[in-house]
Amino acid sequence: MTRVIASFLAGLLFGAGLIVAQMTNPSKVIGFLDITGNWDPSLAFVMVGAIGVYGLAYWLSRARHARPFLVDGFNLPMRRQIDRPLVVGALIFGAGWGLSGFCPGPALTSAGFGEPRVWVFVVAMLAGMMIYRLRGRTVSTASATTRD
Amino acid sequence: MTIVNFTPFSALLGGVLIGLAAALMWWLLGRVAGVSNILGQAFSSDERELNWRLAFIAGLVLAGLGAKLFVPGAVHFSLPAGYGQLIVAGLLVGFGTQLGGGCTSGHGVCGMSRLSPRSIVATLVFMAAGAFAVLGLRLAGTL
Repeated sequence: MTRVIASFLAGLLFGAGLIVAQMTNPSKVIGFLDITGNWDPSLAFVMVGAIGVYGLAYWLSRARHARPFLVDGFNLPMRRQIDRPLVVGALIFGAGWGLSGFCPGPALTSAGFGEPRVWVFVVAMLAGMMIYRLRGRTVSTASATTRD
Repeated sequence: MTIVNFTPFSALLGGVLIGLAAALMWWLLGRVAGVSNILGQAFSSDERELNWRLAFIAGLVLAGLGAKLFVPGAVHFSLPAGYGQLIVAGLLVGFGTQLGGGCTSGHGVCGMSRLSPRSIVATLVFMAAGAFAVLGLRLAGTL
């Protein structure tokens, strides 16, 4: 239960940060990406603030060989290789980000603003995630069949 | 290129809050605060893993609802895209973040902070792709 409450509070704080930074304002995000037009560099400062604080927290945990307070160990991504899925995935994600001005976190927080168009975006995003998972299943079923 | 609507101080403050939230997830739960992974892996989690994921997502959504209800003046929101464009974009964002293993928070904030080569490459690629998409909108006359 403690983990759930901590996670909820972190989500609230994360969302508050997104609102203050205006990451939840699609026009602002599009302005940041509009480098050849009317460029608004503000969101680079979001990265600076977030990386400054989180980077400090992360490297402090490394330097102290610390353990997290509520669980046994840290959970880090295992993959190291710069492969095709990473690059193609980032290309696809970036295209959608530019078209809408939404990435996943800000889309969820703006869904709370009550604008139906955001809910439509969120449902489409969830559908995209499910398509990825169904596709993975089809591929693994296919390879299993080949092995037989 | 002209520079417009520049708000460096609120952007920096918001970034600090995001960094603090990510630090909380790391120091308390030992987890990377990557929204697309927290959300995407909710589809394939057992109950123990599902609960904290849903709680984080609920926190994100309720931050938006709470701000709209209690401090509406702090909410800046303008969404130029229509339904069709948003459906296409949503599918791309959902699929692309799962294939690429992260989004602006997981790769852009957390991975970049760890100096992860994968995250640095992903961030450069999705920023470039985003800039090209916006350039496309501009050329198509919809911006």
